[in-house]
Amino acid sequence: MTGVPGSTVPGSTEPGSTEPKPRRGKKAQGGKGRGNARAFWLFVGPFAVGLAVFAYLPIGWSVLLSFFDARDTVTPTRFVGLDNYLHMLTEGPFLASLGTFSLFALFIVPTTFVLSLALALLVNQIGFARAFFRSVFFLPTACSYVVASLVWKLSIFNGVRFGLANTVLGWFGVDNIAWTASTDPPWYWLVLVTLRLWLQLGFYMILFIAGLQRIPRHLYEAAWIDGARPGWQTFRHITLPQLRATSVAVLLLNLIAAYQAFDEFYNVLSTARGYPPFARPPLVYLYYTALGQGGQDFGRGSAGAVILAALIAIVTLLQGKVFGFARRSD
Amino acid sequence: MADHDVLRPVGYRRTPAGILATVARYLALSVAAVLFLLPFYLVLRNGFATEQEITAQGWRLFPDRVHWENIGELLDDPAVPMLRSLVNSVVVSVAQTVGQLLFASLAGYGLARIPYRHSKKVFYAVLATLMIPAAVTFVPSFVVVSTLGWISDLRGLVVPVMFSGFTAFLFRQYFLAFPAELEEAARIDGLGHWGTYWRIVVPNSLNFFAAIAVITFIGSWNSFLWPLVIGQDQSAWTVQVALSTFITGQSINIHELFLAAALSVLPLVLMFVALQRFLVRGAAETGIKG
Repeated sequence: MTGVPGSTVPGSTEPGSTEPKPRRGKKAQGGKGRGNARAFWLFVGPFAVGLAVFAYLPIGWSVLLSFFDARDTVTPTRFVGLDNYLHMLTEGPFLASLGTFSLFALFIVPTTFVLSLALALLVNQIGFARAFFRSVFFLPTACSYVVASLVWKLSIFNGVRFGLANTVLGWFGVDNIAWTASTDPPWYWLVLVTLRLWLQLGFYMILFIAGLQRIPRHLYEAAWIDGARPGWQTFRHITLPQLRATSVAVLLLNLIAAYQAFDEFYNVLSTARGYPPFARPPLVYLYYTALGQGGQDFGRGSAGAVILAALIAIVTLLQGKVFGFARRSD
Repeated sequence: MADHDVLRPVGYRRTPAGILATVARYLALSVAAVLFLLPFYLVLRNGFATEQEITAQGWRLFPDRVHWENIGELLDDPAVPMLRSLVNSVVVSVAQTVGQLLFASLAGYGLARIPYRHSKKVFYAVLATLMIPAAVTFVPSFVVVSTLGWISDLRGLVVPVMFSGFTAFLFRQYFLAFPAELEEAARIDGLGHWGTYWRIVVPNSLNFFAAIAVITFIGSWNSFLWPLVIGQDQSAWTVQVALSTFITGQSINIHELFLAAALSVLPLVLMFVALQRFLVRGAAETGIKG
């Protein structure tokens, strides 16, 4: 099962079926019910309290704050109705941040899909040293986005001559390129996309390898008997259709991860002068609105968080539907 | 892995085209492997080089020698709180992992095994939290944590992250599949739910606990946004926040920065190499980002 937080949620779980059969006669039920309630809360209580305080309370509070003028305060008194939402949805920066996310997703989602599938196919097709290659491609998952940003920003895509990319280009007579500071053309996208590719390809490759290994051998054997040759034909007509559930999982996980992009944008693009005005994905924008140096605006920050949460909740619910659908057709 | 595991029609690889394809595959994989290992190499190369060697005009693959003395220089540099931040990271990651495992496993067991009238409602309340990733609600969480006075406080880094609906969900799924006969036997011996859980269920589930622990630890060690928001004072920096501060502005010797990065990655790389199979299975089965 290619489990994803949301994928396993709707449809696939039946809490009703978890109830064990009653073990005693009807007479004991009353007392046992109370005993069970105590036992249940003994186990679930601490977690439930934590979830209430650190998941439900923040969201509730934030919905409240989003209707108030809450600059530099978390206990505001001036009710402003939908002003914060209107500001978010009509002024430029928040919408621009959604645009930045869309552009990033447009770059990262297809490339991750194709390259992780390619790696999975290659690794799956070799005999010797298979585990070695799989480990090498999976290893970057151990690295944090912060460390990757360090390497990409100060070593590989350093804008001066000793940067690796500029050194290599220099061999071909190309002038130095200011990778992370250049907006025309926007080379920083190349930096951000290759960084995320390096860090996450191995993870999605593992999902694809698991998917490939679930495809029954006899499908290929039957195709070969029918005269199909290994290669594009079997890939197109057997492998790809059989990988449908995995493919949907990879696409959606990747999309949801891109939606939350923060670490590498913040670390690659920030300088001593602060974050540049361009390329601010939603979380970076919220970070500077709610916690930035120019004053903390929890009203607008909360409104933004509510909008982002609503958008992602819709995607997760759709994901559940798509997954249920994909699983049925498998 | 043995050669016969590769799926291919009999005799296919023996044709010249087949051999050529195999060579091409290994070539592509080798090029990719070099590219994937390059950043790790760069961290080590720059970490153990001198400043002059890093910024020199001619780019050289290997500096003259490994400058081990950089380690002492980094740890002694009063301007760089690297040791403190590494210790913070260890404390935070361990506490977060232990807390998450404890609360989520108990909750998962209660939801899976203890019949209770409102069990279903509680379960749905847990599921609902999975719809919204925690990162998206960092502003609201910050508001709550600041009210508690936990800004720049390790409690603020640890406690809010200890209650993971997803981990509780995974534990519930796992306990649903746990062999009920073992619990029945414990019940006959007179153990209640609590005793059964600690004496029978947990000792028989250590593999699962370990897998979740490893994945939680890695996620916690590498997390950045929440520690950045909460760790405003230098005393509460995790290693990621400390590195970030120097990446995004404050000046520092480049070799010290890379060496610090190497020290921060080393524990996880060792863990990865040692627990490779474990992690691969975990990633494939749960879809958790490591």
